[in-house]
Amino acid sequence: MPPPTAITELVLDPNRVVDAVSGDGDGAVVTFLGLVRDHNQGRRVTHLIYEAYDALALKALDRIVTEAAEHWPSVRLAIHHRTGRLEIGEASVVIAAASAHRADAFAASRYAIERIKQIVPIWKHEYFEGGDTWIEGATADPDNEEARAHARKLACP
Amino acid sequence: MPVTIRLFARLREVAGTGELTRELPADATVAGLWDQMVRDYPAMAAYQPSLSCAVNAEYARFKSPIADGDEIAFLPPVSGG
Repeated sequence: MPPPTAITELVLDPNRVVDAVSGDGDGAVVTFLGLVRDHNQGRRVTHLIYEAYDALALKALDRIVTEAAEHWPSVRLAIHHRTGRLEIGEASVVIAAASAHRADAFAASRYAIERIKQIVPIWKHEYFEGGDTWIEGATADPDNEEARAHARKLACP
Repeated sequence: MPVTIRLFARLREVAGTGELTRELPADATVAGLWDQMVRDYPAMAAYQPSLSCAVNAEYARFKSPIADGDEIAFLPPVSGG
């Protein structure tokens, strides 16, 4: 069985992430794919290079899985995040959330992507027509309860 | 005592390397090490308000003490997903 969390330079296989969580008791598996798009803030993006602090990024993904289990005990979650050079249309992250019922699986998958953007030490280096730039989002602080509550609110509007 | 410093993304580019070693006093903290980094690389100062840090691949606070052989990482704002 594939691991529930992974940081990898290999092309992501959504089926493998689903295989990490699904079981006979599940009535729903929600998958989320984060893709590299061809534009950002008016720029024509050519590709991205993702850099990670691998050891801490894996622990941060594990932490998100644990947090989601606290909020939605019936859900099993898997998150695989890619690093290195990604072309337009490729998946940078795949999330799978399995549950007996769909509502919790949808909520947990949304929570996971919001938390990834908050606390996982991964950085996008965007290459676009005419230049390149580092994308800098959230100041990572896993103990920031306000950020965690925000992610939960987005998951359960 | 010797320590290893890990730098990522823009901070790595500012330093020109993702890994440094430094000799620190026994009572060193992450904050003190960061001050030293800013002295060595003034362009890093802009990251002070938005910086995270880790010690031995666990998120840490700037007041955290540093021990012999630790790996300290300085993390600019993250952008995964």
